[in-house]
Amino acid sequence: MSDELQLPHAARVFVSFVALLRVNGFAVAPEQTTAFLAAIGLLGPRSMEAIRQAGLATLAPPPERRATYDRLFDLHFLGSEAIDHAGAEDEEVVRLQEEGRGEDETLLADEVNESGLAAARAEALVERRFAPSTTGSALRKLSREAPARLPRRRGHRRMRARRGPWADLRRTLRESVRNDGEVLRLGRLKRRTRPRKVLLLIDVSGSMKGRTEDNMKLAHALSHAISHVEVFTFGTRLTRVTRALRLKRREQALSAAAHLVSDWDGGTRIGDALQAFLSVPRFGSYARGAAVVIVSDGLERGDPSALQDAVAKLSRRAWRLSWLTPLASGPGFQPQTEALIAIRRFVDDLVDGGSTAAIVSHVLSLGQRKAA
Amino acid sequence: MTVRGNIVGIDSPEALERALRTAYYLADDGLATAAYLGLALGKPLLLEGAPGVGKTEAAKAIAAVLGRRLIRLQCYEGIDASAALYEWNYPRQMLAIRQAGEETIDIYGETFLIERPMLASLRAPDSTVLLIDEIDRADQEFEAFLLEFLSDFQISIPERGTVRAAERPVVVLTSNRTRDLHEALRRRCVYHWIDYPTAEREARIVMMRASSVAESTARAVVAAVGRLRREPLSKAPGIAEAVDWAEAATLLHARGARWPDAFKRSIGVALKEEEDLTFISGRLDALIAEAAA
Repeated sequence: MSDELQLPHAARVFVSFVALLRVNGFAVAPEQTTAFLAAIGLLGPRSMEAIRQAGLATLAPPPERRATYDRLFDLHFLGSEAIDHAGAEDEEVVRLQEEGRGEDETLLADEVNESGLAAARAEALVERRFAPSTTGSALRKLSREAPARLPRRRGHRRMRARRGPWADLRRTLRESVRNDGEVLRLGRLKRRTRPRKVLLLIDVSGSMKGRTEDNMKLAHALSHAISHVEVFTFGTRLTRVTRALRLKRREQALSAAAHLVSDWDGGTRIGDALQAFLSVPRFGSYARGAAVVIVSDGLERGDPSALQDAVAKLSRRAWRLSWLTPLASGPGFQPQTEALIAIRRFVDDLVDGGSTAAIVSHVLSLGQRKAA
Repeated sequence: MTVRGNIVGIDSPEALERALRTAYYLADDGLATAAYLGLALGKPLLLEGAPGVGKTEAAKAIAAVLGRRLIRLQCYEGIDASAALYEWNYPRQMLAIRQAGEETIDIYGETFLIERPMLASLRAPDSTVLLIDEIDRADQEFEAFLLEFLSDFQISIPERGTVRAAERPVVVLTSNRTRDLHEALRRRCVYHWIDYPTAEREARIVMMRASSVAESTARAVVAAVGRLRREPLSKAPGIAEAVDWAEAATLLHARGARWPDAFKRSIGVALKEEEDLTFISGRLDALIAEAAA
């Protein structure tokens, strides 16, 4: 009550805008609210556009949610009559949610739109729910062994070592001060190693239906076993599910991912999906120097030349590119489909992806393999 | 929140926009507002956007407008405090210990301290602009380490104590958004997402940067670049590439090449990846004809 009295009347409309943003899933810190008010004070009574700019600069909505920000701004500041009549900001929020612009849906739209790939061909938009099931021993093995067995690369930082190419002058000096300037032992430094990035691209199209659930569980286990894992699903669209899979509890994570992906069990346009992946600079950079693992049967409905082109690009960026297909589960596998034949020369491994155990065993063997 | 008066003569985003123009930088309303607020509120300015939209150039232009020296800290994976803050001159310290003999010396004195960009900016906040370039390349530990610096503008040197800036330094951070920055970092900054400029603005930028380029050439190049940016290329041409392309085409034209041919032959300054050139080669003639129309 007393807080409200202290807040100048003119500032209320701005503070309630921040509240509206927060309810809609924008993270705004109190200091940003203060900066917003200060900014409006600075810019003076100019135009609505100045207030919008002040908000963009100080409340810093992420660029992919800019459209939502603008919508909320228009609603709050330009639709002011309706708000005055309603009297409280809670009303707007209810209305927004009723209109289906709640937090979940907005987040979903952002993640999908960012890929820039809208499905053009007939696609089946299906939401899938994962049934809880027991963790396989292969997944336990993955969680246990991944940190030690996945590939590592040399980083730029240096660490103390018994032997190493550089002298640790800082430590040597400290010790020599203790000994009146005598250097008794020269400390050494070597480069630290860091886990290499792993990029998982999982085919969730109809032809992979039987494997999708297990593959998602595997992606979740891997995301928690090591850092630097990025996971995308593709079918008729490309969806980044990394953030959803970061949730610790598997059922929660998989159901969050299930909400995000809208093309379960639909058609396949692998080439277009991979092209879309590469053309978003933010996504494309995930592949650079990474161990890229594509889990897909390679049954391409689209043009195989688009697929070939995308895989060639991906292969040039990746540290190692593995293609895991259920078709390779039998002995003496030879690629038959046009798409798999086309990409064969660009992938480093074309191996069995027909069971969780096979995928786990390949992923765990990556550390022993060299960059192609 | 204190508003400071260190931006003499610049009392509105429009005034800053005009001043930036004298430094050959065309800022739109959003950037001018964000930069003005950053300067006036004493907050760091965080600029995000695709590579080549002019983030680093903006920092250079702000430094030029304020008449200050730009200190650039280029981030990379594995950058640490000794590259960003300060380092001790160990060989000199060692020598000093040897030479001192029985006397006591302060081996952590000023003469042994090597300034790195962040310390340099704290010590001369009124005459420098600190550019922390491509912060998304640094790892998250470094980002966390920046937080103290960006909110309090102080750093601690264990051997000497805390160094605090006499006034808030002007800091510009840039990010290509190859990864999400921490919320805490975004919170401390005034934020602006730089988009590719509109065709009209980009044509003006090209003409301003390359005075030899005719207006029709600038417009054609900007139209072509705009189309190229809509293709799935591994490296879309930025503003600098548009300027280079216009200059190169003008040069070839002046040396006798016929117009659409000069334009086409100089594509190598706009697209620099072999795979992108191959990808676009089949449609290049049509694209250029359409852009030049």
